Amino acid sequence: MHTQLTINGENHDLEADERTTLLDALRQHLRLTGTKKGCDHGQCGACTVIVNGRRINSCLTLACMHDGDEIVTIEGIGTATDLSVLQQAFLSADGFQCGYCTPGQICSATAMLEEVKAGWPSHVSDRLDGAPELSDEEIGERMSGNLCRCACYPNIVAAIRAAAGSAA
Amino acid sequence: MRPFDYVRPSGMPEATREASRAGSAFIAGGTNLLDLMKLEVMAPDRLVDINRLDMGECSATPAGGLRIGALVTNSDLAADEHVRRDYPLLSRALLAGASGQLRNKATTGGNLLQRTRCYYFYDTSAPCNKREPGSGCSAIGGATRLHAILGASEHCIATHPSDMAVAMQALDAAVEIENVEGQTRSVPLSDFYRLPGDTPQVETVLGSGDLITAVVLPAPVKGSQIYRKVRDRASYAFALVSVAAVVGVEDGTIGSVALAFGGVAPRPWRDHEAERILAGERPSDELFARFADEILREARGQGGNDFKIPLLRRTLIATLQSATDESR
Repeated sequence: MHTQLTINGENHDLEADERTTLLDALRQHLRLTGTKKGCDHGQCGACTVIVNGRRINSCLTLACMHDGDEIVTIEGIGTATDLSVLQQAFLSADGFQCGYCTPGQICSATAMLEEVKAGWPSHVSDRLDGAPELSDEEIGERMSGNLCRCACYPNIVAAIRAAAGSAA
Repeated sequence: MRPFDYVRPSGMPEATREASRAGSAFIAGGTNLLDLMKLEVMAPDRLVDINRLDMGECSATPAGGLRIGALVTNSDLAADEHVRRDYPLLSRALLAGASGQLRNKATTGGNLLQRTRCYYFYDTSAPCNKREPGSGCSAIGGATRLHAILGASEHCIATHPSDMAVAMQALDAAVEIENVEGQTRSVPLSDFYRLPGDTPQVETVLGSGDLITAVVLPAPVKGSQIYRKVRDRASYAFALVSVAAVVGVEDGTIGSVALAFGGVAPRPWRDHEAERILAGERPSDELFARFADEILREARGQGGNDFKIPLLRRTLIATLQSATDESR
């Protein structure tokens, strides 16, 4: 089956079985291996990518469902010589140990900060209206779809808090 | 995953026609269906991708309510200005469910149709009457922490996992369905789900090719709206028990009241009869306890979920206390 995907601004023509998840298309077909496969069941968040501006689990969607969509992966967020603000913040705050969940954490946090800018409330927000304040509790709740088995959560929260502050 | 044909209908008659063919399944967000297909718990022969159909908008109804398109994502619905203002209960329930990533993909129609998270339903090596009718229920006598205390049968004790549907049940939502002949019907959410009985594989009133096109909420009623969820983790976990409450108090007595319960039954649980105990009465702990007694009259634990009986009792009393706080 043919699917056209725009990934990190580049056009890709994918020829793959209908069963191919977006995650497997990225990793196995297009060799964009920055996106990681953890649980493959939407529970860990390691495969998080940004599709049409929204963060999703790439393991729980089929590539063929995304014909014409715009996808941003960790490769499109920054490079070793040109880090995004969040990537630099993860380095500065030591927001990882083994690093396997980190691409998913950074893609997720990148889109999460946009959700906050758009005024989306969360489960821990006191009010449903008004601009949400990005407390540590808010960061924890909004990032609960990204697990870190090294349990670097305190430093992940610190990195996101720092990046959010410097962007404001 | 088993092989399947993938079709992407361009419009409505084509979508329901495609889906009415044997072995077909609609796919929208796919977050639950693809998970189940990977495990071969579900193995449709063809997927009918409805994501490009025009069902992604919320709109006000002439009756002062809200019509929510079946493809509105859980994120968009939770953040919708109209929902946040008039149906805060629904925003709260949506935000209490799943993760940011899943809410961005999961749709309104799909959320209603998500399958149980019963461990044995997911384990294809275990008998399960829902997955394989007549094979038996492994949950009965097994691990039952997630399982039902109300509405279950000797054939199935699985719970419906949705938070969204519990809020919609308390808000008197109706499900709009289009059939293969192009006719539309509206089914109150309280009639949409079927209890397991001896056919736990039949979960809703949907027939072959039927497509949920929208969920319609009536005009909001005055009063407090509260969603209270109790779970094993602070975030990203299914409800052990949840309570959705819409309670209006006027001149010291309870006027309108609607309560629905999640995590305890095969469908969002509501007992209109029991609600009469509250209507017209002055709020008090004694009254709430009587209401709890009535809700739990036929509750039955399975061992591992016995704790849900006192937990539901306490959670619903605490929710009623909060909802009527200012008037007491």
